[in-house]
Amino acid sequence: MFSGAASTIATKVDSAFLFILVICVLMLLLITFLMVFFVIKYRRDKNPIPTNIEGNFLLEVVWTVVPTILVIAMFYYGWIGYREMETIPEDAMPVKVTAQMWSWSFEYENGTRSDELVVPINQPVKLELFSRDVLHSLFVPAFRIKKDVVPGIRTTLWFTGDEEGTYDLLCTEYCGLRHSDMLSRVVVMSQDAFASWMAGKTAHEAAEPAGRQLLESQGCLGCHSLDGSRIVGPTLKGIFGRKGRVLTDGAERDVVADEDYLRRSIVKPNADVVVGYPPIMPSQEGILSDEQIDAIIEYLKTLQ
Amino acid sequence: MNDMTAAAHGSHPSGLSYLEEPGRYGGIRSWLLTTDHKRIALLYLTSVLTFYAVGIALGVLMRLELLTPGETIVKPQTYNAIFTLHGVIMIFLFVIPGVPAIFGNFFLPLLIGAKDVAFPRINLFSWYLYIAGAFFAVTSLFTGGGPPDTGWTFYAPYSIRTGTNVSLAVFAAFVLGFSSILTGLNFVTTIHRLRAPGMTWTRMPLFVWATYATAWVQVLATPIIGITLLLVILERFFGVGIFDPEKGGDPILFQHLFWIYSHPAVYIMILPGMGVITEIIPVFARRTIFGYKAIAYSSVAIAALGSLVWGHHMFVSGQSYTANVIFSFITFLVAIPSAIKVFNWVATLYKGSILIAPPFLFALSFIFLFSIGGLTGLMQGALSVNVHIHDTYFVVGHFHYVMFGGTAYAFFAGLHYWYPKMFGRMYSQRTATLACTIMFIGFNMLYFTMLVLGLQGMPRRYYDYLPQFHTGHVIATVGSWILVSGLIVMFANLLIALRKGERAAADPWGGKTLEWQVPSPPPHENFEEIPVIDRGAYDYD
Repeated sequence: MFSGAASTIATKVDSAFLFILVICVLMLLLITFLMVFFVIKYRRDKNPIPTNIEGNFLLEVVWTVVPTILVIAMFYYGWIGYREMETIPEDAMPVKVTAQMWSWSFEYENGTRSDELVVPINQPVKLELFSRDVLHSLFVPAFRIKKDVVPGIRTTLWFTGDEEGTYDLLCTEYCGLRHSDMLSRVVVMSQDAFASWMAGKTAHEAAEPAGRQLLESQGCLGCHSLDGSRIVGPTLKGIFGRKGRVLTDGAERDVVADEDYLRRSIVKPNADVVVGYPPIMPSQEGILSDEQIDAIIEYLKTLQ
Repeated sequence: MNDMTAAAHGSHPSGLSYLEEPGRYGGIRSWLLTTDHKRIALLYLTSVLTFYAVGIALGVLMRLELLTPGETIVKPQTYNAIFTLHGVIMIFLFVIPGVPAIFGNFFLPLLIGAKDVAFPRINLFSWYLYIAGAFFAVTSLFTGGGPPDTGWTFYAPYSIRTGTNVSLAVFAAFVLGFSSILTGLNFVTTIHRLRAPGMTWTRMPLFVWATYATAWVQVLATPIIGITLLLVILERFFGVGIFDPEKGGDPILFQHLFWIYSHPAVYIMILPGMGVITEIIPVFARRTIFGYKAIAYSSVAIAALGSLVWGHHMFVSGQSYTANVIFSFITFLVAIPSAIKVFNWVATLYKGSILIAPPFLFALSFIFLFSIGGLTGLMQGALSVNVHIHDTYFVVGHFHYVMFGGTAYAFFAGLHYWYPKMFGRMYSQRTATLACTIMFIGFNMLYFTMLVLGLQGMPRRYYDYLPQFHTGHVIATVGSWILVSGLIVMFANLLIALRKGERAAADPWGGKTLEWQVPSPPPHENFEEIPVIDRGAYDYD
């Protein structure tokens, strides 16, 4: 099509598209040509006396039957490509994808997580999609694949990247304020490069504090930065012991972010909302255990 | 048909036109309390065009924001509210009521030889419902948690959870739905009961056929969106958990209920427009319509098949494979009656005696633009291709070709065609032709670029975009400026003609349908004497 094709299915989608495109362009040219031709040929000063023709049964049959055949061919072409898209190969490498406002997280079979989808070339990959909040949709234009991520339902899609490179991955189901920032990338690399990336990633992850791992895997960092910059929520840099004004039940008050405050803000985020920020953080109650919350708070203390 | 010689000169042999008729009330009340279908049509015309102007302004703002990546003029929250409102206003306040409520009201009784619609008071009440709905929609902007930011589709669970004023906006759409249902009911009854003696079903003008098919969809499909929107409100206020999975609900169920109405609604939007085009083409070709029955029955086929294709909005939603295949197949079938209409319109030009005038130029633009809209629809109907272009700018481009290039262009064509009849004056045809040309250039620059952007992978409802999409966005934005310039020229021309236009004759284009047999503007009760019909609607022999 117009952006480069980089998956096995992409060329099939493109050929179905081209097939329909050619028919459509021919149809449009035919209609436009006849319309313009008749208007010029039969304009009033050239053809003052019209001929009344009420219709022609044969013509009606022709332009009912021919389009019917054409659209059934189009339907069939679109269907066979789709059938392949929905038939996941047995040997596909599973990756669990978690979407939430407004970040993507990819988890491999061995538990390693990444915020970019890194995959080996020529290896079928099966994505299992989960949403933590509202609808999202995973779209990789270069692969011609897309599937909605629906809270409460598991959806899947698969692809085989057949060209090394880095490709955009976008959210295409409107999901609120920063919908257009909900981007990631797919990196397709050689089998060897993938193996060493995976080894490095796993080792790096094991070395990281548990709290940091949780912030990443729970998608906290999609809204809270670690470097002092403002994204959607307040930055986590220097959060422990920070003084600030919050909105509690509609009234403003001053607080110090101590352990109790941080715990409450994770479990009941909208009990105290920092002034100037939207009250949109989802509650982590029942998602994080007490030990995990402790680990996060321990890690936050180190971010001074 | 009855030959009223006096009427042919545009004078009123007995009595005054509907615009001058004193009626029971004076002043502004003669409008706000009128039950005359023509005056109600003008009430709609004024209010619908006011909201259309607002919708256009929002569209231009959106294009301006997208001129450069990142922030150009507004913040993301504002942008999200703008595209939501642009959609809500254009769909519910312009495209759905546009042709049926304005031209349907004004011309349906005239075209079938009736003095008014079957229920004139309900007709006025429908307009008040429209105004009430519009009032709630506008109020939703300035109260509660601020303007809704969900997109006009109100997809759950986002619409359940957002803090913005979704409930009131949804209630507005609910009220507008009733306006639409009552108008539909009124038209169905009018067509069944009030046709002039001798006007059999196959002698009815094809605009009446199109309105008839539309009216049934309005009556049958609109209650579903009403119920759905009420459920959204219930869920927001009482947390009943029908759509929100956190409470055990199903977000896909919302999409089904929404599209069960909203896809047929697309045909509510386009069918009356097709009817307008069908009236215009034979008049300017000065010959009978080609394939009367094919066009009439294809309207009914579109209305029927169009009610069974809603699932094609949900091919990537997680809907089952089998459902997708079936919906894709029926979607392709709808293309056939639409194609039949286009072929018959083009065939009507064959061996005609063609007068090139503004209504006809708008009608030709309609055929071209609507064909692109329909053909890009085929691309989306194909399952594998749909997966790639779903929720991208391709879809945005496609439905603007259908809704704007289709319905709105049919509206413009109808406005230029019937303007002399409605107001008794003629606009500058040169200026109208100029406007049509400017709009055609701007339109294609704006929306064809969107098709290309979509194929490249540009998602819709994006405040910001990746650098590779920049060129396309610049072209589209410049296109929007050209398009709006054309629209301004077009409307200014029509406004000026209200006072300064030359007096129009009863039948300036040489039409054969009944509205051209009465003076311009028509008298209060249309016909002095109900005509007796003894031939077809497009009899040029």
